[in-house]
Amino acid sequence: MHSHDETDDENVYDALATADDDGRWAFGTGFDAGTAEIDAPVPDGVDRDDLATYCLMLADDALVASQRLSGWTTKAPELEEEVALANIALDLLGQARVLLARAGHLGAAEPYRGERSDGKGGCAGPQDDEDVLAYFRDDRAFRNVTLVETDLGDFAQTVAWLLVLASWRLALLRRLTGSRDPVLAAVAGKAVKELTYHRDYAAQWVLRLGDGTALSHARMQAGLEAVWPFVEELFTAHAVERRLVDAGVAVDPTELRWEVDAVLDQVLPAATLTRPERPAVGLVGGRGGRDGVHTEALGLVLAVMQSLARAHPEATW
Amino acid sequence: MTSALTDARTAAEAVVDPEMPMLTLADLGVLRGVETAADGTVVVTLTPTYSGCPALDEMRHDLRRALHEAGHERVEVRTTFSPPWSTDWISDAGRRKLAEAGVAPPDRLGPRPAGGPVPLTLHAPSRVVACPQCGAADTEETSRFGPTACTALRRCRSCGEPFEHVKEI
Repeated sequence: MHSHDETDDENVYDALATADDDGRWAFGTGFDAGTAEIDAPVPDGVDRDDLATYCLMLADDALVASQRLSGWTTKAPELEEEVALANIALDLLGQARVLLARAGHLGAAEPYRGERSDGKGGCAGPQDDEDVLAYFRDDRAFRNVTLVETDLGDFAQTVAWLLVLASWRLALLRRLTGSRDPVLAAVAGKAVKELTYHRDYAAQWVLRLGDGTALSHARMQAGLEAVWPFVEELFTAHAVERRLVDAGVAVDPTELRWEVDAVLDQVLPAATLTRPERPAVGLVGGRGGRDGVHTEALGLVLAVMQSLARAHPEATW
Repeated sequence: MTSALTDARTAAEAVVDPEMPMLTLADLGVLRGVETAADGTVVVTLTPTYSGCPALDEMRHDLRRALHEAGHERVEVRTTFSPPWSTDWISDAGRRKLAEAGVAPPDRLGPRPAGGPVPLTLHAPSRVVACPQCGAADTEETSRFGPTACTALRRCRSCGEPFEHVKEI
């Protein structure tokens, strides 16, 4: 897979550690998201803090979903599916990184710099922002929807979760390609192609398992039922979103319902599955993941994702 | 165009993709520009194939090294996401090199319809991907995701060989 060979003066691992000064921090990858677009000016009439929060919302959806999907690595039913889920996780991580870098550029990382125990509070740059935001925020500071933090259960529940998530995010980001914020528009333009592929993958599996054996059908229906209570929150607009919709920057999530429904109406009957009727959860007094009100599941996700970075903030590899 | 800039472009365009080394970055279509700034810094603009493409870091590293070896001391590699890369950016030469290396090249999709929901197709794609080994049209997809972000795995029913296919995006 690699062009490097024995005669190269450096191998890939050396390159990771030395290519950029930032690479010495173990939890980066030695690449930064680039500065050509991240530092684009805030569009006229747009509140800087609102834009930063919105970037965090979309970043955290992708970051937490990516972390959840990564949990299948070494455990997927078949090698091909493991590669598929890891690839999807990687795409989502890539989307999250650019959005976190944009949020960081807009100042979202500043409150968390003190959390770093290595005394490098003054470090600047997109990569540093990404890492601070990913590893040094507590669960209350995450702005993801509840769906992405839920335990993925078995493979059937995972593909039900992915079908809902990819259909919703595709509908959202397709509209976001017209955002007045150039970074959001660029991230969305790239992500739409990826999400289309993720949705296809999930739909094919929902179809195969739903319209399969009696056992696979029962488990596919159960998986769908488990995911269903978290769907309603996806179509709930937060005050930040509403303000940014008015400013031509954000997408109104209440407009996405018909498009997601159309996908489910196409897939579920073909897969001989029944559309669940289960009460919504995820909102407490009208507040949910977008306000930092999460289920206990997020704490477990973050414990796995963040513990190494917090225990060894100066570790290198 | 100055000769220094021509040299820098030649050096940058010759760098190969770390995951598909039969292709140069120019063949792959991820090089968006090579310019020189007023202070002589060579500024290379790169676009990723996928948002999370792990090869991007290797590309940046290899570009810097190639330009240093070509005598350019100051090199900056920038990343841009817009317009998004698609497999249509792979050059004709790149498609030929992929096929010669046993990797089925992607079809050209052409301009995409703008606006409206992205349609979901539930049946398997009917398009033919010819076997790069024996040329037979009778091939099947074995995995939608391959060893790199941009490939899927297929198998030829005629000669029995498995092969990679650069999937169209």
